[in-house]
Amino acid sequence: MKTNVGQFRFWAIGLASVWLTLFVFFPNLLVIFTSFLTRDPQATVSLPINADSYIRTLDFLYLKVLWDSLRMSLLAMIVCLFIGYPFAMAIVSLPKRWQPVILFLVILPFWTNSLVRTYAIQFILGNQGIINKSLIGLGLIDKPLQLLYTQFAVILGLCYILLPFMVLPLYSALEKLDVRLHHAARDLGAGPLSRFWHITVPLTSPGIVAGCLMVLLPAMGMFYISDLLGGAKNLLLGNVIKTQFLHTRDWPFGSAFSVILIVLLGFMLWLYFRASRFVSKQGGLNGSDF
Amino acid sequence: MAPIFRWGFMGLILTLIYIPILVLVVNSFNASKYGIKWGGFTFKWYEKFWNNDGLMTAALNSLTVSIVAASVATIIGTLAAVALHRYQFKGKALLSSMVFVSMLTPEIVMAISLLIVFMALGIKLGFVSLVIGHITFCLPFVIVAVYSRLKGFDMKMLEAARDLGASESRIFWKIILPLALPAVSAGWLLSFTLSLDDVIVSAFVTGPGYEILPLKVYSMVRVGVSPEVNAISTILLVVSLVLVVISQLLLREDK
Repeated sequence: MKTNVGQFRFWAIGLASVWLTLFVFFPNLLVIFTSFLTRDPQATVSLPINADSYIRTLDFLYLKVLWDSLRMSLLAMIVCLFIGYPFAMAIVSLPKRWQPVILFLVILPFWTNSLVRTYAIQFILGNQGIINKSLIGLGLIDKPLQLLYTQFAVILGLCYILLPFMVLPLYSALEKLDVRLHHAARDLGAGPLSRFWHITVPLTSPGIVAGCLMVLLPAMGMFYISDLLGGAKNLLLGNVIKTQFLHTRDWPFGSAFSVILIVLLGFMLWLYFRASRFVSKQGGLNGSDF
Repeated sequence: MAPIFRWGFMGLILTLIYIPILVLVVNSFNASKYGIKWGGFTFKWYEKFWNNDGLMTAALNSLTVSIVAASVATIIGTLAAVALHRYQFKGKALLSSMVFVSMLTPEIVMAISLLIVFMALGIKLGFVSLVIGHITFCLPFVIVAVYSRLKGFDMKMLEAARDLGASESRIFWKIILPLALPAVSAGWLLSFTLSLDDVIVSAFVTGPGYEILPLKVYSMVRVGVSPEVNAISTILLVVSLVLVVISQLLLREDK
């Protein structure tokens, strides 16, 4: 029987460990390694090891793409935060039985095909789309507005696809917030704005960082959104990586761009853990402590 | 916030979220080719899709990949959730942090890292590489779904079973699995949807000989208007919506 215990345990632990090591941990190391290799027309990549790919990312052309991508993704993140925060606050203020319903309605689209929903946005924003048709119909404009193939369209698409990722962590942070802190602050004379700024925001900072991380990083990679809504001019980092890997076949260069994303992920995770530590120190007033 | 303002705001955002989906679904039944005006109700775009051999092959390929990937991810993920919940072992922290990191890794990074590892291991791009890739991004979702269900368990029952001499695999089959079944099924359904809808990882790890539906749709919408896309999109949306609603009902049942 002893061996039986060991066997089940062995497979339960072993399968996932081997899988994740082989297809998550090891591949990520390989990306970093590849970024230091040299491009080779025959074997895709070869030695010697060097930092040429990183030096090339400093080229003006690529710096500009990098900056444009980062700016569009950051703007999408900020818009999501400014919509998602009041939205999450509104959900938390609902009666308990309504909260999961509204939350579910926000999360539901996440599980559907985001390419298809991006295509729907393209359909709506186009020159012959609903917005332009109705504005012309109402006599507000004479010729269609150029909505599609602009940075605006890309940012709108990113927000549309990624909003659930902002709402979810914000909701769970706000839900944990202890209302007694607000009551205490009000009794001591703090106004609503001051309470929001000095209690709600700091204590939900892990949720804010988590939401920003879950919007910003995918936003930089979603090549089909910029492809369908931004045209050839408004590129995201994902488009650059895709071109390097699938068309130009310069893997070290493409990997170098991905390493930039991995570093950004690491930085935001560090920020998240700092924020969580801060909250568990400062906000440890809820639940069992009383 | 005043209640009216609050409901108004939520209503507005939810409407904006669902309008594009609705427009697409309605247009898939629109007889007018460019979808500018309502040209009457029709099923012809669905028929065109049905009669298009290339698209049907891609759809079947997608179904195959999704079923295989969801099933394997559910088996490995369920076992991993049990391991993380029940056992203390060396590398447990490493395993859970790998789950955490693989959930947060941007898809594009996962896509190229898989492409590189397939090249390094000499795995041919096509069905096998697609399935491996899809299992990899589904796995953390299954683990999290099953793990959170296991956390709500009364552990005393398992202790009692062990004291009475039940083996670990017997405990798993007779107690843990039946109790966790709603979460396991939900994990499968969610994995299936994620796999069926994936574009980013698939774009990198598929081979020239193996076409799947989302990538077909992608190349079609890039080229220009083709109304069959509306029909395919509607089917994909409806399948995902139905499966996710079922999975959420399964996950809710016990609460």
